[in-house]
Amino acid sequence: MIEGIPLPSTDDPLDAPYWEAAQRGELVVQTCRACGARRFPPRPMCPACQAFEHSWEPMSGEGRIWSFVVPHPPLLPAFAQVAPYNVIVVELLEDTAIRMVGNLVTAADGQINAVDPATITIGTRVRVVFHRCADAVVLPRWVVA
Amino acid sequence: MQTMLKDATAIVGIGETVFAKNLAPSELELACQAIKAALDDAGIRPAEVDALSSYTMEETLEFEVARNLGMGDITFFSQVGYGGGAGCAAVGHVAMAVATGVANVGVVWRARKRSDPRKRVWAQVSPRVTDHWKYSRPWGLIRPVDEVAMFWRRYMHEYGATRDHLANVALACRRHANHNPRAFMYQRPLTRDAYMQARWICEPLCLFDNCLESDGALAVVIVRAERAKDCRQPPAYVHAWSQGLTRQHQNMTNYHSANPLQGAAWAAARNLWRQADLRPQDVKVAQIYDAFTPLIPFCLEAYGFCGAGEGGAFTEHGAIELGGRLPINTSGGSLSEAYIHGMNLITEGVRQIRGTSTAQVPDADVCLVTSAYVVPTSAVLLRRL
Repeated sequence: MIEGIPLPSTDDPLDAPYWEAAQRGELVVQTCRACGARRFPPRPMCPACQAFEHSWEPMSGEGRIWSFVVPHPPLLPAFAQVAPYNVIVVELLEDTAIRMVGNLVTAADGQINAVDPATITIGTRVRVVFHRCADAVVLPRWVVA
Repeated sequence: MQTMLKDATAIVGIGETVFAKNLAPSELELACQAIKAALDDAGIRPAEVDALSSYTMEETLEFEVARNLGMGDITFFSQVGYGGGAGCAAVGHVAMAVATGVANVGVVWRARKRSDPRKRVWAQVSPRVTDHWKYSRPWGLIRPVDEVAMFWRRYMHEYGATRDHLANVALACRRHANHNPRAFMYQRPLTRDAYMQARWICEPLCLFDNCLESDGALAVVIVRAERAKDCRQPPAYVHAWSQGLTRQHQNMTNYHSANPLQGAAWAAARNLWRQADLRPQDVKVAQIYDAFTPLIPFCLEAYGFCGAGEGGAFTEHGAIELGGRLPINTSGGSLSEAYIHGMNLITEGVRQIRGTSTAQVPDADVCLVTSAYVVPTSAVLLRRL
């Protein structure tokens, strides 16, 4: 079992712009240049019009909690140390069809177990923050708006 | 509609090893035991087998199986992907090969030693995630139970379902296993109190919402209908089957499609009923993939036994237990018999059609068997003729 948290590869040309934007403190979503449809997670082709050309459009970073869970052990060591913690799915206010997995925290670099799970509810308004973790990877996280 | 496949083939043999933790034989040896038992059950010699199918996650390969069992020319072999979504599809692949005459005698098997905690797939996650899971695992959504709990929390919110509904599922499977001497949970009852007090694994799911971790192997034998009539056992005809993958579905973390609460099984269900002469109300008993309890209400809706959002309520008043409207997982299923990637649901479906289950449903002439809900999946409709 790995000791640290599993990190995303950030050097794949397909979605490197997503992770680079996070480095700058921006939440971007892949957007089709031909028809304007947004898609997430990133992929090469637009399922609405089959175009490949796309841009990365900044979002406001505001959303609502769509669902959440609270994992308990057995877990990977890095998560067992902080369990129970929360994982949430957020739907973006600009486009509720865009949903992202994240953590609800009290501060960008806070622990993922800092929020009392009993206080988390579906529909709660949240906004994005950015957490610099191992190997210079920056992960979007969420705080109550 | 008329299809070339309808009732054209049948499962005529089933075989299995014991189910236990830490079995000594290798997966290959277990596979050989199960396949030999299934062929003996049918009264068919290994040399007659010419088609093989299993899961891509199966680690015993076709040539190893064939050269151990002394099979001759194998002219059709396939593997189906997506873990627990594969079982019914492997049956379907062989049924098509046999029905079309590409092959004559097919075997589907699954051998797995899963009880060792080191064999947990999630425990083998790599330090850098390169596939679609890079958008969920870094935040601690690691295990299948975490991914399923996310759907169930949303489902409770949208439809008012409760933990009592999941307890209904866990208790139904346990009560059925209590009759089954092959089951892990034979004569080991579970109470609602024990369910409610169990430790969390991933809130809102507790220990008893999770399947067992077990070692074992199972196999089935499939032949054309005219041969089936001459086999030792009453045939369980393959009336219809389908695989299923819905629009914009994402394997396991299907949070990005238009309606994540209507996952891959909805596609399999639509295509299953499109082909069938039967309707959901004709199904007397169902074996529904139960790696996690929420998959039961999700599948009850997908396969048309109730409306969207009604799957939780469907489990009330003993409806999914023996004597109820639709008894499910009559061997105890993955929750209480053994977790062998759903292959034991297929063999139990055959037992119901034969009338030999340890929790037999009277006049069980039609049985639905499904594979996993949260992955690209499959289902098969078995019947007696």
